[in-house]
Amino acid sequence: MNNTDLVRKSLKKRYLKERIFKTVGLLSIVSAILFLLILLTDIFTKAMPAFSQTNISLEVTLDPDVIGVGENPSEQDLMAADFRRVIRNSLADQFPGVTKRKEKRELYSLTSMGAEFQLRDMVIADPALLGQTIQVEFMADDDVDAVIKGAIDRNLPESDRRVKDQKLGWIETLEESGQISEQFNWWFFTSGDSREPEMAGIKGAIKGSLFTLLVTLALSFPVAVAAAIYLEEFAPKNRFIDFIEININNLAAVPSIVFGLLGLAVFINFFSLPRSAPLVGGIVLSLMTLPTIIIASRSAIKAVPPSLREAALGLGASKMQTVFHHVLPAALPGILTGTIIGMAQALGETAPLLMIGMVAFIVDIPQGITDPSTVLPIQVYLWADSPERGFLAKTSAAIMVLLFFLIAMNAIAIYLRKKFEKKW
Amino acid sequence: MTVSALIFLLLIFAAFSFFMARQKISTAYRQTQQKSKILTLPKYFGYVAALTALLPALVMLFFLQMAEEPYINSEITSYINDSEIEANQDLDLYLNEIKSADTPEKVAALSPEKQVVYQRYHEIETTTNRTISVIVLSLSILLVILGMRKINTETPARRVFEKIIEGILLLAASIAIMTTVGIVFSVLFESTRFFGEVPIMSFMFGTEWSPQTAIRADQVGSSAAFGAVPLFVGTMLISFIALLVSVPLGLMSAIYLSEYAGSKIRAVAKPVLEILAGIPTVVYGFFAALTVAPFIRDLGESIGLSVASESALAAGLVMGIMIIPFVSSLSDDVLSAVPQNLREGSLGLGATRSETIVKVLIPAALPGIVGGVLLAASRAIGETMIVVMAAGLAANLTVNPLEAVTTVTVQIVTLLTGDQEFNSAKTLAAFALGLMLFVTTLILNVIALHVVRKYREQYE
Repeated sequence: MNNTDLVRKSLKKRYLKERIFKTVGLLSIVSAILFLLILLTDIFTKAMPAFSQTNISLEVTLDPDVIGVGENPSEQDLMAADFRRVIRNSLADQFPGVTKRKEKRELYSLTSMGAEFQLRDMVIADPALLGQTIQVEFMADDDVDAVIKGAIDRNLPESDRRVKDQKLGWIETLEESGQISEQFNWWFFTSGDSREPEMAGIKGAIKGSLFTLLVTLALSFPVAVAAAIYLEEFAPKNRFIDFIEININNLAAVPSIVFGLLGLAVFINFFSLPRSAPLVGGIVLSLMTLPTIIIASRSAIKAVPPSLREAALGLGASKMQTVFHHVLPAALPGILTGTIIGMAQALGETAPLLMIGMVAFIVDIPQGITDPSTVLPIQVYLWADSPERGFLAKTSAAIMVLLFFLIAMNAIAIYLRKKFEKKW
Repeated sequence: MTVSALIFLLLIFAAFSFFMARQKISTAYRQTQQKSKILTLPKYFGYVAALTALLPALVMLFFLQMAEEPYINSEITSYINDSEIEANQDLDLYLNEIKSADTPEKVAALSPEKQVVYQRYHEIETTTNRTISVIVLSLSILLVILGMRKINTETPARRVFEKIIEGILLLAASIAIMTTVGIVFSVLFESTRFFGEVPIMSFMFGTEWSPQTAIRADQVGSSAAFGAVPLFVGTMLISFIALLVSVPLGLMSAIYLSEYAGSKIRAVAKPVLEILAGIPTVVYGFFAALTVAPFIRDLGESIGLSVASESALAAGLVMGIMIIPFVSSLSDDVLSAVPQNLREGSLGLGATRSETIVKVLIPAALPGIVGGVLLAASRAIGETMIVVMAAGLAANLTVNPLEAVTTVTVQIVTLLTGDQEFNSAKTLAAFALGLMLFVTTLILNVIALHVVRKYREQYE
């Protein structure tokens, strides 16, 4: 048997190995795609219930005596008034059989804790409603919501079910009389955080993220561009510049939580800036995103052809004029793309912000960069930790909002790159 | 005057100086006979004047602001009589109470002694603020007046301006150094305080971790133990699982994409990997804690294994998925740096593609791949949100992936997110852990970056 035969004999095995290797490669790609699909479907299906809100339509009589206000009440009177009783009376009228104190408490928990505020805001907006009998759609409690959406199985034995038979009976009565409806959950996008799942919204977190990102952008963009210009166009070759470059590369790989420690020790304890504020969050995140933007800006500046510089210098422009009048505008699309990607990174960052106290429970919607606030990813973290079932859907919904913003930002970056990218 | 008002005034004055200087030079230019000697545009004189008005004054303002608080504190402390100090043990708290009285109602709520102190505080604060404003503004005005006198048409204003701008650019570039120095000092400073209370040996080699100090001495676990070995082991375990998932999958994906895949598969796979890389870690944490961990626990129970609901396996697995794109893009870079003629030589000798990859490409790219794996390990060690949400809190010293372990980052977060005194050993321990984390990842990064750079140079 000669060598050719030996090779031929082994060919079958070798080709098999080749096919196996190729399949393993394909499988690893497929598994990555599969992971992504599972992750997204999981979050999507969990989030769907949060986008609709179950309402209970009740007929309430806004009797000023019951509410406890006189004729022509001021706004302050109305703020302090007892709207809860009106709703309770309405529920008690509908289910006259309920007399025991414990049962009553159960009955009253059909509507959300926020129902009275809902009614209050209506009356404050239109005081003429006082004394009238009106039909109002009240937010349902999260347990009712769960029953309607099927998250609590009605067919389970009573002992295993969170909502007991009696309450389930009431819910079914309300359903039959058409008093229960589902609507798109605007509340989720227009209110701040709450301990009650049905009342919790993400507006506070969105605004907090917005303020934080504004601070980050305002600090990191100019500094990063300046640093990139210096390193690409002006820096001499020496040890100090090498040291700067090593530092930038290293900072890009330092764990984000360490930046949080820096923020806590330096900005909060040493400079005594306010805790939980977007200001400090923005400073910390801008230090964190600086390397990303610097590296992107440098490659954008490097991509500008030398002929442009030489032409400007040849016409008598100074080095500084060449850079600021010609190189920088040409590199700007690339720099902006890098900046947006850096901002997207900052938007999704959680760990360093935990360190500087943005993890607090904050109901009020922040109005400025020094107000205590939280950000979207931390809202996700906080809700994920809550024991109430209702928060599961809210968490997933908040993740979807976060992903929406991230995708939007990346889409803008891709668009900019496509539109302004020049092949020199 | 508030700081923002002061800065606003400075800006107005800078704008004014700009126009003054520009005006002066334009007039001078118009009157000059030798037009050929005009070298600098008038606006550059304006820029220099504006910077003269702004920069020194802002630097001065910064330092005065820094000095203001300690000065006021020492002034009030010397004013408060000794009996008051004795009655109020915590001086910081006392001062805070007085300073936070910013409305008349709050002032009225203070005790009479404190109201006296408050009055004094108010006086000192007002005078200090006024002094600062006067110093800063007069510095700005003085410099501009002196500068205006000095400039004439011969002054190389453009060159001066460009030097200043270059200085500012250099300053921006040095922020990277300042950040590193800031990180090193903040963790090092607090860590030394921690090691003053807890011996460094018992921290590094102790096997018991229970940072909860009891309020009463006779409670269970009253003495806190700061032995960090369980945390190190937990971190290693989870990172190891993550690497076990991400290195083969990431490497094989990179190989398949760069050596086999057609344009269609690449068009799907590249964005998928980019999306995986762009998903915030908190989302992965949520997925790990609420989907993967229960799934693994149920799976384990169905085959008769007892699995903790916060198992290291779940956290490591999801962390591995998160790092796949990172490993894949690094390996892709490294593989594409291998010269084409190595591939062609091997294929030309009759090797199959897989043989070429396994016997030629990977050995040639090995240093780069090792560098990439080190960077991935550093990512895994420093990753926080996944483990905070999906790994446990209890420090078990175990290498069983089905049990709950805790990690360095989890402990940093738990130690620092509660409400506590900043000076307790508990919070300082977080900084000691942060120091360990920083040093470890720094070493990994430096080695990895060095290896990757050496590898690149080899083929350039």
